[in-house]
Amino acid sequence: MPYRFLEEHAISDVAFEAWGDTIEEMLQSAARALTNTMTEDVDKIERKITKEFDVEAANVEMLVFNFLQELIFFKDAERLLFSKFDLDVNEKEGRWHLSVKSYGEELSPEKHDLRADVKAVSFHNYRVEKTPGRWEADVILDV
Amino acid sequence: MPVKEFVKPEFIKISDVVWDIHPDFKEGMRVPARIVATKKLIDQMDLQVYDQITNVATLPGIQKYAFCMPDGHSGYGFPIGGVAAFDVNAGGVISPGGIGFDINCGMRLVLTNLTHDEVKPHLKTLVEKLFKRVPAGVGSRGFIEISKQEFRDRVAVEGAHWAVDEGYGWPEDLERTELGGRADWADSSKISQKAIDRGYSQIGTLGSGNHYLEIQWVKPENIVNESLARKWGLFPDQVVVMFHCGSRGFGHQVATDYLVLFLSVMETKYGIKILDRELACAPFNSPEGQDYYTAMGCGVNMSFANRQVILHRIREVFSDFFKKSPEELGMHMVFDISHNRGTFEKHEVDGRVKELIIHRKGATGCYYPGREEIPEMYREDGSPVIIGGSMETGSYLLVGGPRARETFCSTAHGSGRTMSRTKAKKLVRGQELLEGLEQRGIFVKSVSFSGAAEEAGFAYKNIDDVVEATTLAGISLPVVKLLPLGNIKG
Repeated sequence: MPYRFLEEHAISDVAFEAWGDTIEEMLQSAARALTNTMTEDVDKIERKITKEFDVEAANVEMLVFNFLQELIFFKDAERLLFSKFDLDVNEKEGRWHLSVKSYGEELSPEKHDLRADVKAVSFHNYRVEKTPGRWEADVILDV
Repeated sequence: MPVKEFVKPEFIKISDVVWDIHPDFKEGMRVPARIVATKKLIDQMDLQVYDQITNVATLPGIQKYAFCMPDGHSGYGFPIGGVAAFDVNAGGVISPGGIGFDINCGMRLVLTNLTHDEVKPHLKTLVEKLFKRVPAGVGSRGFIEISKQEFRDRVAVEGAHWAVDEGYGWPEDLERTELGGRADWADSSKISQKAIDRGYSQIGTLGSGNHYLEIQWVKPENIVNESLARKWGLFPDQVVVMFHCGSRGFGHQVATDYLVLFLSVMETKYGIKILDRELACAPFNSPEGQDYYTAMGCGVNMSFANRQVILHRIREVFSDFFKKSPEELGMHMVFDISHNRGTFEKHEVDGRVKELIIHRKGATGCYYPGREEIPEMYREDGSPVIIGGSMETGSYLLVGGPRARETFCSTAHGSGRTMSRTKAKKLVRGQELLEGLEQRGIFVKSVSFSGAAEEAGFAYKNIDDVVEATTLAGISLPVVKLLPLGNIKG
């Protein structure tokens, strides 16, 4: 589970750091951290529904931001939570492109021990970076 | 994420409840920061509050002070409890981060003519029924089925008026809502389809986090201002209902859309440099500034409509259970008031009346007697102010005091967190917390045990301390303290 909640960073909100050997692994970790903020056990989300979508951005920071925002959107618009993601990132002429295939199901208060409703990804202390050896993201969610 | 170390500023003591941070504290500060709090509360605030409020003091067009209310705690961009007024005729800005993602999040207080003894034996049943009728929690949906077009054309434009027209409430409710229940500056052509898709099915839902619906009672010794309490319809041993919620996914998306837009134009087009990206802003009198202001108005309207529909559901539940009409049960609303909004107001600044866009983020509008923002029925007394506490400690109904003119008519909004959610959850298990509360006579029904643990009373400041500070400062004065009996949470 390559993410960690950071209790010392946000009093009213939820902060986490996520990482991975590749950008796709880091995105997967960040998506699961976001989902874990809303439900206690991400693996209880069964893979009943597949949702495919694309995300684009001018830089890698906004790519991660837009991807997480898209997951928040599906939580409200279609009541969907996801536990697994097939991801593919491409950079072409300064544009970043992410294609997503996400697997999950409709949220259920009886089945999923629901936690906080995430309102948005904030830019406060937000960071996405490639360090020697791995990709990292620091994110604070407004809940 | 590196843990940042923040410097404790040197405070200039103005009085026992007013402390300034000089503009020399940080490069770019245009005005001092002013903390309205007792020494005790100042000592409880995390140091990041001072970093954030002094960042706010650097924004273009800010007037007099960047204020932090007594319940201040760190957020992102603005601290929670932050208040800033920008002169729209002097390059003053508007900032989504200074208003918050939950646009027009606020409180509503409803009366009954029932007494503690009449309700107490049925408390659990009532809470269970309310829990069923007022959906709460992650991604919860309301019972109203409308088209996305109707949401855009009517809910986002008409606010609580849409709800009352549809039969969810009484015309008098509108007179007891700030702005008459509608932001008349709203323009729904400035709203993204994404915002509509996220929010159109969520009318009549509480949400989660610190949002709640609570059955409360007026313990006789908790009436502080007897004549005003009586005038506003409160009496000893009375049961009342208070709830706290906002504009749900719709408002969150509006704020996000414009935050991203402002980040792209702020520096390149308007040459504004900021110290935290969450302070992204644009001049109020710019195309982007006006677009956000009118879009934010739609968020304001969704939240008024949301609270109006919830009020209707509460009346239905009480009416069903007690076999009396809501009118017979005296279920009049006292007030609906927001603590996350940007509002255009006129205030005197250094002897001149200025047009200001006032940002209140986790701060309640609080108007001294005579202000035109106050509904006529309350105008001579000052505006009713609702400050909600944790589910354990109680809440307050207050009235705007004469010195509210010194804080651009703003006061505290709650208890203010002192502990992170993750830490609170480590310290107590939700189930144990709720069992403990039940032994003390407070019945809590929550969608989630962990969500309840995150909202434990010990994670908050003492609300009595917060109200003591607003009282000493003369900005809002207590009328009644209300104690929790039953609580519903997301």
